[in-house]
Amino acid sequence: MNREVLEVLEKDAKATLKQISAMTGLSVNQVRKTIEEAEKNRVIIKYKTVINWKKLEEERVQALIEVKIQPQKDVGFDAIAERIYRFPEARSVYLVSGAYDLAVFVVARTEHDVAKFVSDKLASLESVQGTATHFFLKPYKEDGEILEGQEKVRRQPLTL
Amino acid sequence: MSARRSVRRSKREIISRRVGRVSPSGIRKFFDLLSTMDDAISLGVGEPDFVTPWHISEAGISGIEKGYTMYTSNWGMPELRQELARNLAARCGVEYDPDRELLITVGVSEGLDLAMRAVLNPKDEVISPEPTYVSYESCTVLAEGVFVPVPTTVENQFRVKAADIEERVTSRTKAILLGYPNNPTGAVMERADLEEIADVARRHDLLVISDEIYDQLVYGIKHTCFASLPGMKERTIFLGGFSKAYAMTGWRIGYAAAPAEIIEAMTKIHQYTIMCVPIMAQMAAIEALKSGEAAVREMVADYDRRRRVMVKGLNAIGLSCFEPKGAFYAFPSVKVTGLSSQDFAERLLLEERVAVIPGSAFGDSGEGYVRCCYATALDDIREALRRMRRFVQRHRL
Repeated sequence: MNREVLEVLEKDAKATLKQISAMTGLSVNQVRKTIEEAEKNRVIIKYKTVINWKKLEEERVQALIEVKIQPQKDVGFDAIAERIYRFPEARSVYLVSGAYDLAVFVVARTEHDVAKFVSDKLASLESVQGTATHFFLKPYKEDGEILEGQEKVRRQPLTL
Repeated sequence: MSARRSVRRSKREIISRRVGRVSPSGIRKFFDLLSTMDDAISLGVGEPDFVTPWHISEAGISGIEKGYTMYTSNWGMPELRQELARNLAARCGVEYDPDRELLITVGVSEGLDLAMRAVLNPKDEVISPEPTYVSYESCTVLAEGVFVPVPTTVENQFRVKAADIEERVTSRTKAILLGYPNNPTGAVMERADLEEIADVARRHDLLVISDEIYDQLVYGIKHTCFASLPGMKERTIFLGGFSKAYAMTGWRIGYAAAPAEIIEAMTKIHQYTIMCVPIMAQMAAIEALKSGEAAVREMVADYDRRRRVMVKGLNAIGLSCFEPKGAFYAFPSVKVTGLSSQDFAERLLLEERVAVIPGSAFGDSGEGYVRCCYATALDDIREALRRMRRFVQRHRL
């Protein structure tokens, strides 16, 4: 599979077939085939947009919830993780090393919604031993993009 | 004041004849024009559009924080020269003694000036391919040498032929000055081409000054370091730097690698005129050498994509352009419009608000071409191409 096509798309999901073809030197057809194959194999998971919701003064809270698990007999972490990641509130879920086991990233409208999710859904699971919720106060960088305060650096317009 | 005759001199007497012989920059007019426009797209830059990778900047900043704010050795910090020696051995295949054969300079600009002043006697000749980077001739003239250009052509993809160099060798020829990958053409030299030039240097006992500032910016080929050719290390002044590969133009840091005798002479000038390169730039450069490789690879991959877009786009609108395999310049022909490169650039800027550099700024053999830098945001490249298409349609013969 052509990695360059994927690299272009990872930077700009809106790049057109024609543009990608010009950037990589592949034909439009080759680019189309690469993308179709990548989508089919779920190498490309989906196309998304990084939005700075703060700009719309939208009420929106994000939190990282540390979850400590008591693994059940015959059921490893995977099964418990699945119980958790199936909740739509859980935007990302990772098994992690260290003091706790699962890192759960949650997006919700209000802090109350997050609290409700933690107490009603997470804490009530039998294998969950404990949780610690960290609300995000201010986003600086998301998905590799610095959100604000990024001053555009201007070059000298002409140099030899 | 007494009534004695005033000793007012004419301007011509104030400025030395040597400086008077140096021609002023050919793009001053464009610069003034361009600075009055805020909707113009400039393809006229000669530097990366990336900011220095953060880990490199951070090394410079934390150096200042720790109090590294003083002079260093005239040659450059020993740690930097050791890292550089390691890097050149691994990357270019040439071994240099970090204590005697390396000098850290204020970019290749200073390195070139030092090299010229260290080796040229008045009227010594320097042979160099043309189109040529603007400071080659000026530095030669300032060192009281004579610049002998060798025209190169698109038919040979702007590579210089050894025979064309040899034709110009006289008893006064002291050095061959090469700049590949090339600014402004983007041309690169194959190893076999360089071997033939090495042969000329050997037969006529010439020095070779090789400016390899763009050595890491090559696409689909392997760059050959001139000094790595058999027998060439002892007659080559190898100039390189951090500006282009690591996006560090504003740090002003580069290096010269050459036989000890030449480095010694260059350092003599350097210590009295520059003293040393700013220590923060040296600390950042150490970090660049130690762990900058991944960042370089990523930037080169990015330039390569934009290169393809630029070259394909130029050819599609009728400005025929050979495939440049180095640096970040495309050098299309504007002959289809019948305009001189100066007129083309001027009218393109006025009518369509796109700035390019006329090829004539790089010598007579650049006439009929313009330099377009693709180290510019992709969207700007695409928009510039749209505007240039309109322009070419209007002016096509």
